[in-house]
Amino acid sequence: MENTKKKGNDGAASVHAIQSASDRLFDTINLLILIVLCLIVVYPLYYVVLASMTDPAVVHTGKLLLYPEAPYFKGYAEALAYPQLISGYGNTIWYTVLNAIVALCATIPAAYALSRRDLVGRRVVMFLFTFTMFFNGGIIPMFLTIKSLKIYNTAWALVLPAAVSVYNLIVCRSFFESSLPQELLEAAQIDGCNDFRFFFTMAIPLSKTIIAVMLLYYATAMWNTFFNALMFLQDESKMPLQVVLRNLVLSNQLSMSASGAEFAEKQKLVDQLKYVIITVSAVPLMIVYPFVQKYFASGVMLGAVKG
Amino acid sequence: MGCWQLYVLLVPSLIWLALFAYYPMYGLLIAFKDFKIRKGIIASPWVTPLFKHFSDFFSTSIARTVIMNTIKLSVYQLLFSFWVPVVFALMLNQVRSNKGRKVIQTISYAPYFLSNVVLVCIISVLFSSTGVVNHVLESLGIGIKYFTSEAQFFRPLYIGSTIWQQTGFNAIIYIAALTAISPEYYEAALIDGASKLQRVLYIDLPMIMPTVVLMFILSVGNIMTIGYEKAWLMQAGGNISVSEIISTYVYKTGLQSAQYSFATAVGLFNSVVNFVILVLANLIAKRAADISIF
Repeated sequence: MENTKKKGNDGAASVHAIQSASDRLFDTINLLILIVLCLIVVYPLYYVVLASMTDPAVVHTGKLLLYPEAPYFKGYAEALAYPQLISGYGNTIWYTVLNAIVALCATIPAAYALSRRDLVGRRVVMFLFTFTMFFNGGIIPMFLTIKSLKIYNTAWALVLPAAVSVYNLIVCRSFFESSLPQELLEAAQIDGCNDFRFFFTMAIPLSKTIIAVMLLYYATAMWNTFFNALMFLQDESKMPLQVVLRNLVLSNQLSMSASGAEFAEKQKLVDQLKYVIITVSAVPLMIVYPFVQKYFASGVMLGAVKG
Repeated sequence: MGCWQLYVLLVPSLIWLALFAYYPMYGLLIAFKDFKIRKGIIASPWVTPLFKHFSDFFSTSIARTVIMNTIKLSVYQLLFSFWVPVVFALMLNQVRSNKGRKVIQTISYAPYFLSNVVLVCIISVLFSSTGVVNHVLESLGIGIKYFTSEAQFFRPLYIGSTIWQQTGFNAIIYIAALTAISPEYYEAALIDGASKLQRVLYIDLPMIMPTVVLMFILSVGNIMTIGYEKAWLMQAGGNISVSEIISTYVYKTGLQSAQYSFATAVGLFNSVVNFVILVLANLIAKRAADISIF
């Protein structure tokens, strides 16, 4: 493996050594286009963050902001005046933590069990899981299920339906299938190790990568949950950040009663508050993602193995 | 039974499967009943004829609209966005510096982690009548466009933002396929005097074609599952004629006006069509690439 990789790099180097002028032109144009694409990806995000800390009078002129001019942080102070923003943050963190615990406890053991070829009925169980990826009850029966389980308007209404994602289960199972050598299990069994002990003392310690991937997948999914909260929760005080965000920014519930000449000024403040609120709700993921994105990518590849 | 312990490990997920996957499927029965929440699923009477809610749906004028809107939105999305990650991966693969490649790829993922709500919020502030996009258009002498409320802009904004958000992430699989190509091909091509563009077109592209075809078939299979969240969030008075899709309609009739049975019937219709398309796509994928999602 290491050898072929090294050879590959040498090959690539020798390929690059001989370059015609047209190839260099190709490289330059290619790189320029990619840089422009990166700017298109980054600029909207950068603009929102910048607008959140720039004097609304400047933002309101609508010019393209390139650097922090006329810094203005009153928007952040204003945002704190919305208690639902703080409670939304707290709720989201709570739901995310709770869901991560429940989901890992349900997914990892199941994925391990399903990775074992000697599990009687493995194909049937696998089919029962996979089938739900293609066909499901839809939102109304799900809503009625939540109601009849008496978990409507509780944290469990968000956490339990998200306890298993079949896609994640399959990714995790593929990992166990490909990374736990059969010989390891056989050797352990000869030593009289039972399935529980093997799972807890051998499989789990060898699976830190997949546990990290699962944690990330479940955590981002719950952090971003919106519609389930809208359907399965009722109290304002229980709403997660995404619902609060939508209420404040999209439904214009930023209340600032004002009249006449003051109105235009207030409107600018409200506009700025939107940038502030978008920023504070997106920032945690944006800060974490450069460190965790390689795990996301490795999850994609694990999923693709079994595709 | 040597493996009872493995079944114990399966128990939590099986409980989930029963309660949150198959019990709701049982709840689909109400599509054929006159469901009253007080009576429950069993005691609610069957409707006569059994497919009354379905025929009710098809006799409304909105049925045609929401079905066509769903199909148009997903077909256009597939046509306009599917090839973008392929091209992006091919271009990225030509960047010579490893570090540069890494940086560009990391940047390209960034929007993928945003929620639909944040995404639509960003669209709403940037494209509002006083937003930065309109100011640029105005200074170019084009004039203000009401992007977020006019029907003609709904699909371009929806699809454009999908491309913006997902290209980097969807490219991962193609990038991996490209790195797996043996350097011998390039060496041989170089001896024959192939230019870079020729190497991309005659080595890279054909080599990742099986992956591309497979991903395309799978996307076709998902054509009716287009998410309701983003469409619903982007709905604003003026664009409802194009932004109302089957799933948003189900939500509104079912949960906002409590016509449980009717909405379940509409949802079931969507699921069944979906299922058929998915199974067909999977069969084709199996034939074409010998890979199956089952």
